[in-house]
Amino acid sequence: MELNSHIPSGPLSEKWDNHKFANKLVNPANRRKFSVIVVGTGLAGAAASATLAEQGYKVKTFCIQDSPRRAHSIAAQGGINAAKNYQNDGDSVYRLFYDTIKGGDFRAREANVYRLAQVSNNIIDQCVAQGVPFAREYGGTLANRSFGGAQVSRTFYARGQTGQQLLLGAYSALSRQIHAGKVEMYPRREMMDLVVVDGKARGITVRNHITGEIESHSADAVLLCTGGYGNVYFLSTNAMSCNVTAAWRAHKHGAGFANPCFVQIHPTCIPVHGDYQSKLTLMSESLRNDGRVWVPKKQGDTRPPAQIPESERDYYLEGKYPSFGNLVPRDVASRNAKEQCDLNKGVGSTGLAVYLDFADAIKRDGEQTILKKYGNLFQMYEKIVDTNPVNEPMMIYPAVHYTMGGLWVDYNLMTTIPGLFALGECNFSDHGANRLGASALMQGLADGYFVVSPAVANYFGSTPIDKVTADNSEFLASRERVNNRISKILKNSDKGPKGTVTVDEVHKELGKLMWDNCGMARNKEGLKNALEALPAIKDKFWDKVYVPGSGKDLNQSLERAGRVADFLEFADVMIHDALEREESCGCHLREESQTEENEAKRDDNNYSHVSVWEHKGEDEAPVMHKEQLAFENVTPSQRSYK
Amino acid sequence: MANMSSIDLTLQIWRQRNNDALGNFEFYNLDDISTDMSFLEMLDVLNEKLTKEGKDPVAFDHDCREGICGQCGSVVNGIAHGPEKEVTLCQLHMRNFKSGDTIVIEPFRSRAFPVRKDLVVDRSALDRIVQSGGYVSVNTGGVPDGNATPIPSETAELAMDAAACIGCGACVASCPNGAAMLFTSAKISQLCLLPQGQAERKQRALSMVETMDKEGFGNCSNYKACEIVCPKSISIRNIARMNREFVTATLTEG
Ligand SMILES: Cc1cc2nc3c(=O)[nH]c(=O)nc-3n(C[C@H](O)[C@H](O)[C@H](O)COP(=O)(O)OP(=O)(O)OC[C@H]3O[C@@H](n4cnc5c(N)ncnc54)[C@H](O)[C@@H]3O)c2cc1C
Ligand code: FES
Repeated sequence: MELNSHIPSGPLSEKWDNHKFANKLVNPANRRKFSVIVVGTGLAGAAASATLAEQGYKVKTFCIQDSPRRAHSIAAQGGINAAKNYQNDGDSVYRLFYDTIKGGDFRAREANVYRLAQVSNNIIDQCVAQGVPFAREYGGTLANRSFGGAQVSRTFYARGQTGQQLLLGAYSALSRQIHAGKVEMYPRREMMDLVVVDGKARGITVRNHITGEIESHSADAVLLCTGGYGNVYFLSTNAMSCNVTAAWRAHKHGAGFANPCFVQIHPTCIPVHGDYQSKLTLMSESLRNDGRVWVPKKQGDTRPPAQIPESERDYYLEGKYPSFGNLVPRDVASRNAKEQCDLNKGVGSTGLAVYLDFADAIKRDGEQTILKKYGNLFQMYEKIVDTNPVNEPMMIYPAVHYTMGGLWVDYNLMTTIPGLFALGECNFSDHGANRLGASALMQGLADGYFVVSPAVANYFGSTPIDKVTADNSEFLASRERVNNRISKILKNSDKGPKGTVTVDEVHKELGKLMWDNCGMARNKEGLKNALEALPAIKDKFWDKVYVPGSGKDLNQSLERAGRVADFLEFADVMIHDALEREESCGCHLREESQTEENEAKRDDNNYSHVSVWEHKGEDEAPVMHKEQLAFENVTPSQRSYK
Repeated sequence: MANMSSIDLTLQIWRQRNNDALGNFEFYNLDDISTDMSFLEMLDVLNEKLTKEGKDPVAFDHDCREGICGQCGSVVNGIAHGPEKEVTLCQLHMRNFKSGDTIVIEPFRSRAFPVRKDLVVDRSALDRIVQSGGYVSVNTGGVPDGNATPIPSETAELAMDAAACIGCGACVASCPNGAAMLFTSAKISQLCLLPQGQAERKQRALSMVETMDKEGFGNCSNYKACEIVCPKSISIRNIARMNREFVTATLTEG
């Protein structure tokens, strides 16, 4: 597997311009001769579809939901960063670049991250021009807030619904192109396979969720904008249909998978409270601006919080990190919550929670002030948990939130399969081992609106592409593969429930295995055990799971089963990746790699690289390749928040 | 979590194989439902049970389970998204029900929303309304700086109130006329309030209203049922604004 990142020459600040100038172009009259498939309509996919169609390419766009407007991006709450320096507080492209690369614990590529910071400013302009109702100051200028530990106010927002408004902006641009006949939109379609002809990505095989039909679609390039794989853990903050299927199929056709074990754990989620629970709800990180995190000092203390006197409470973040206190970054806050619960100091019915207490803030600033700041979050919490955070501290626990790993891409967002691009959360490129708040939305839109179109033009302008239609034998073979897999999943559906196991039960079992062994903290022994335990869960799935219904109509059990089958295979490479990385970085504590004070210890000498995995066959172990990371403009330093 | 308890329920659910098939209500008993569950988690429990019994699980749409994607939605005891105000079905919790209750669950019904299976309906007509003009026609790149056009914060907030629509279709399902006016007017209002939306203001109102009619949605006759069930409290003042926009556009565009 050849890993050429194609990082352009020149100083960091000129690379993107140099690159665009060196790129091949496609003349406007010729663009309509080229077709592009876009899978996914989140920020990355909707933006890319609209932009490529505006330029004149023929675009076919696919999504799982009933409408492109419902992609998972819609749920993002907090905001989107940009280096506008509208507040004149010392922000700059370089500072946004620096914060992002440092926040990722120096495991991302400098050139990509710098470009991200550069185009961040265009994103805001683009969205404003589309009519996105960002928050404004009284004078009419755009409002900003600070987020995720940054020392400048560079986060743009639309109430607590930033993702929704950004996605609706991109969806409206996409809708305009659908109306103009430039985009053919295919909702309720699930990509089941990639079609590669003569070594190039030339199409996809999809299942129509309504009719069950297996369809072939061909094009000159394929863009995967299919989001992250956090649902491998069963419980996460991700939407229910987030999956790894599209990326995993591409991987099996030769696309390298980078850093699969890099998963972000968000510290402030509503804890798990029953085995029926289907997903976890995020509470905004901003709550830690005023909430104080604590647990009882005594192990196994089950008294209600009001009966635990001040002297018997442990405000562990404030004690351990006096200068950052409750505002330590996500990874540090998450790890410490887990540590307290592991010490049997967790609270609530499961013991897997810590308190986030607003009592002092209410005493200091008054209830009204606090409600004004966090009222909607308090309501959301109360709706779900049925207690009011004004009277009783919130309970929070870390949850799987975002996946930094993804398909390996070069500077052009192209995977190791020519003609196959990966955008947004689906690729690995910009966040390193940890993602700072408000930077995923930025990356999705940067990729979709600004980065991918010169890349696609360059590919078309420099690569001979033969005509291929959907009756090519590779398409037939792909349809057959997909049909076989569906038959295998449904093999005992007409004989009634032979096995008594359901898809969800296996998914939960897999999720627990991954959370316990390949979650916030990992060690060699646990990972090895998990690797050994995995085949039995896989066998249980294929031997015992009963999937009702047929492949010929709307069958949600079948849809879920297909995704879980892929998660089961994918988990294997995640664990392999975690085993290889014998250092702690970002969200990932490798228990063997800690400082004397139990902080995460990075090992730049041995692990300053991207781990890229190659698929070697169904029953063979995956093989790892390395892309060495070079830091020419920043000096990796140990992060400290003491 | 506060007053955890469990309840026993009878569910009366609309089952329909596809749009061509006849549908009918089926009854299911479900015991020991924790009142902390969400409505969709309760349906998950039912479906696990049906699966184990070798029966066909109930099809229902959902994705974010956070009240924001607009994909979930059914009529519960006659009310779109159920009895609690300002929530989507995924955010409705079982503590709103009592042990022994019979809960009637039906799909969103409207001429413009064909049933695909059980509780799943096709709301693509709403997408087609947006496609006919619910946007600002700007290409990517070459746009002015975001601060070049100041927008007073009250205007931005008013636009945001309208923009908060999640396109779930509850307004259509609860309207005796099957009107999509709350949905359409929310988008028209958002864009006509902002300076960016001015150039296409008249054309937008004309074509979106035309598409709405063509898709088989009815007309508003002020029942206000839409506003009452809207999980995002979109106000019917938007409908008044849309009517004004439409009349002005008709008069001045001829
Ligand atoms: C609760 C929450 C809050 C967040 N808040 C923030 C925030 O404040 N700021 C921030 O920057 N980030 C935030 N994030 C992260 C951010 O929302 C996501 O990382 C980002 O939106 C991902 O965008 P995307 O376009 O890459 O993919 P997605 O939006 O996940 O879109 C994926 C698309 O791919 C389609 N798809 C997937 N698989 C297939 C398949 N096999 N076939 C066909 N289609 C397929 C789906 O239908 C969908 O259209 C938040 C995330 C969550 C969950
Ligand atoms: S599932 Fe998204 S709004 Fe209910």
